[in-house]
Amino acid sequence: MFRENKNWLIAFALLLLAYPLVGHLEPYTVQIILLCGINIILATSLNLVNGFTGQFSMGHAGFMSVGAYTSATITTVLFPSLFSSASGSYLFIFPLLLGGLVACFMGFLVGLPSLRLRGDYLSIVTLGFGEIIRVLMQTTDFVGASRGLPGIPPLAGFGWIYGSILVTLFVLWRIINSRYGRSFIAVREDEIAAEAMGVPTTKTKVRAFMVGAFFAGIAGALFAHLIQIVTPSIFDFNKSFEIIMIIVFGGLGSLSGSVVAAIFLTILKEKLRGLQEFTFGYDLRMIIYSFLLIVLMLSRPEGLMGRKEISAFLKKFFNKNKEAVQS
Amino acid sequence: MLEFIQHIINGLSTGSIYALIALGYTMVFGVLQLINFAHSDVFMLGAFISFYFSTYFRLASHPSAFALVAALLSAMVGCAAIGYIIERFAYRPLRGAPRINLLITAIGVSLFLEYSGQQVFGSSPQFYPQIFKPEINLGVGSLSINPLQVVVLSISIVLMLILQFVIFKTRVGRAMRAVSFNHDLASLMGIPTNKIISLTFMLGSALAGAAGVLVGLVYPKIDPLMGVVLGLKCFVSAVLGGIGSILGAVVGSITLGISEEFLVGYGNPSYRDALAFGILIVILLFKPSGLFGENRIEKV
Amino acid sequence: MKFKNKAGIYALIAFVLAACTGNKSTETTSVGSADIIKIGEVGSMTGSEATFGSSTHNGIALAVDQINAAGGINGKKIQLITMDDQGKPEEASTAVTKLVTQDKVVAILGEVSSSRSMAMAPVSQQYKVPMISPSSTNPRVTEMGDYIFRVCFIDPFQGTVMARFALETLKVKSVAVLRDVKNDYSVGLADFFTKTFTAGGGKIVIDQSYSAGDIDFKSQLTSIKGKNPEAIFVPGYYTDVGLIARQAKELKIPVPLLGGDGWDSPKLYEIGGESINGSYFSNHYSAEDTSPMIQDFIAKYKAKYKEVPDGLAAMGYDAMKVLENAMKTAKSFDGKDLRDAIAATKNYQAVTGTITLDEKRNPKKAAVVLKVDGTNFKYSATIQP
Repeated sequence: MFRENKNWLIAFALLLLAYPLVGHLEPYTVQIILLCGINIILATSLNLVNGFTGQFSMGHAGFMSVGAYTSATITTVLFPSLFSSASGSYLFIFPLLLGGLVACFMGFLVGLPSLRLRGDYLSIVTLGFGEIIRVLMQTTDFVGASRGLPGIPPLAGFGWIYGSILVTLFVLWRIINSRYGRSFIAVREDEIAAEAMGVPTTKTKVRAFMVGAFFAGIAGALFAHLIQIVTPSIFDFNKSFEIIMIIVFGGLGSLSGSVVAAIFLTILKEKLRGLQEFTFGYDLRMIIYSFLLIVLMLSRPEGLMGRKEISAFLKKFFNKNKEAVQS
Repeated sequence: MLEFIQHIINGLSTGSIYALIALGYTMVFGVLQLINFAHSDVFMLGAFISFYFSTYFRLASHPSAFALVAALLSAMVGCAAIGYIIERFAYRPLRGAPRINLLITAIGVSLFLEYSGQQVFGSSPQFYPQIFKPEINLGVGSLSINPLQVVVLSISIVLMLILQFVIFKTRVGRAMRAVSFNHDLASLMGIPTNKIISLTFMLGSALAGAAGVLVGLVYPKIDPLMGVVLGLKCFVSAVLGGIGSILGAVVGSITLGISEEFLVGYGNPSYRDALAFGILIVILLFKPSGLFGENRIEKV
Repeated sequence: MKFKNKAGIYALIAFVLAACTGNKSTETTSVGSADIIKIGEVGSMTGSEATFGSSTHNGIALAVDQINAAGGINGKKIQLITMDDQGKPEEASTAVTKLVTQDKVVAILGEVSSSRSMAMAPVSQQYKVPMISPSSTNPRVTEMGDYIFRVCFIDPFQGTVMARFALETLKVKSVAVLRDVKNDYSVGLADFFTKTFTAGGGKIVIDQSYSAGDIDFKSQLTSIKGKNPEAIFVPGYYTDVGLIARQAKELKIPVPLLGGDGWDSPKLYEIGGESINGSYFSNHYSAEDTSPMIQDFIAKYKAKYKEVPDGLAAMGYDAMKVLENAMKTAKSFDGKDLRDAIAATKNYQAVTGTITLDEKRNPKKAAVVLKVDGTNFKYSATIQP
């Protein structure tokens, strides 16, 4: 349904309408909504690599950190006065895009070895890259080493995040429905057959990594300017696993699944805070999550939406009603 | 010069510990083509099982080789059981499923064990009881060799030899090799595939449990997350040596141990953890089958 | 529907149910109640630094209990709302946002780690709610705004404490440094120590590093041994220092170790054993101090928690007491009035010393140097600023 341009106009109009409304919401609620938004971008960009191209990347947090650090360095270390001023929130487009581009370049570097690597090995290597990036940040004094970069100006408002989500979803949807997207899916389905059919598999995989990394970088930049600090330990493999859990729950290969799962799980995590009181002070959240991950894999590995998009479910729902009315 | 030799000794000792865990990775991968992420957490459980065992029986008040063997047995038996349960209920149902599902499940099991451990054992580190205190002083001048390190090295070598023997000279071992070659063909030949796979898992887990005890002895601080970084390094060792090869796991581990030692001693210690991944990437790019592995061609 | 699919759906439903139960306890108590003063606390109750968070929490809770038992502040009881940040800065930021905007607390206590404090500070400052950190020692924390305070000394001072102790009391001239690169606290202390030690005529023979969580330090220690230092400065956390001491002994390095308040824990001797005996570290207070105030605090703490309070617990206690003191003299609990009252804290007698907040909102306090002797930490010296 997003093929039609009019739906994008509606989304854009919603943005304009929502903007003043958001001002009336409580800051805490807004913070949760913004975190949901960032997770949507992270989840959908990772799904492009893991779900649509079938390359199980476990180092997404590394790309996120590159985007976060690049943009934070620009706004906090290099040009602090420029970005603390009133026009700072408009100039944010520059560090934001630059963060994405540098992350995209890292995606290129990480995707290159995919020529020689298959399956599980590639996954471990992506995990390794994520860790190497973290160690690099930790040992570079220019970006604060283990202290990180505190005091980042809060430039990531609702406008930027919602806008970024729209752009991300639009771009990813268009890519998936283009011949590039079909080459991604071909590589996922059967790499050797794809190669035999003339699909340049290595280029395809590298492209997937680059696009995924770009948006992860954007999300990282937004994240940095939301919580106003970046440290190397934020972007460890636990963060990568968090995003993996979202896309697995939502369905590897479903963009709308990732969106729904990102919103659901982010809100859930906040709401589950209170659970501790019922469980004698033990924090069971992550234990429940990981256990449910196992159960999910055993019972319904396609997650919430499998490889279908939300329009398929809506159609089924509406068709059922139609039939009920007719009969 | 003395410093150089000390570094070599240190490297050998850390390498032999990596070897114990790497052996488990390599065996399970050989048989199931699965990177068992939960392996390093089984190692952690081995340390804790023997911790509670030793504390309950107050073994620290009478340190002896007997206490060590008892603790080892408790850990190995406990971990073998845990390994069986994990394989039976989390991995076996996914036998025919796409590899990605298995990988995700393995991650799920690993996270589950880590987080449960943090709640059950507490996240602050515990002191591992010194149940074996060899009184021999093995230093030459100002060189220092912890006798426990020698014990660890010896045990690793002994286990490697036993494993070599089991895999290449016994019927069970032949069955394991057959299953790792091709599940269906093996079962057609009359091999009870499920039983063999369970056995492989239990063996690998028992080794990890033993490693837990030995690590607890040499580095007497244990905590629920002790397996995380160690596990990744041991996996790298297994790949370096050629995943699926027993000798490779040991050689790869010792190589990694010594390289780390020299990087930290003569280079920049901050990059210690990154070294393992760097080696992994280089090996996978230039010789993915590792030092001793065989080249497996993916057939259409 | 196949059973397996059903199981998956039940799992998802379990999630939703859990979410609904969660709602109840995070609801705010009615804002209107005029007899309650709400104070927010953010700490790491779970995660790898859970012991730091729970110690601090114990200290704060003890103070709150005592204040409430004595009738509260101006007749009003204190309600302490504690939130867990799991050791992550983004969770700390979300937690303080909730406390300040939804629970409408009048002040924030937290955090132990400087990076988490620096994640919380901008929010606290933005909503003009005073924040007091019990033990964040990075100088930048209070620089984030004039609503941000702390009751502990800062790293520049703590680094010089051990340097001066080494030069003046131990009379050593050559020291090796072994820093934890994963922790900015350790890096900061190491840098300040180096500065002061070399300015005082000493020599740093080698500067080695490790990452928190490492278990093998033989390589670094072997290199250190080769340079023959008279002492080794290890400003890390007790979790690693215990092992470092052990391995130093195995390598036959006979010199004492020096450290900072990160050593403060009964587990230090548990893990380090005899090898850590005879080493020194700087801390906020000494349990051996005979002053009645300290002994009373220790007794009350032991009665409630069955263990001797560590430095962090004492700091938590003091943070709450300083807040109470300010609240008693503040014109109102409004942001600005409360902030001004806290800033005016002068010569306040706290467990960890006399607290006077300077214009940068940091206290000028002395540090004590303790010597490890079995399970006791024996008082060795006091170093004045």
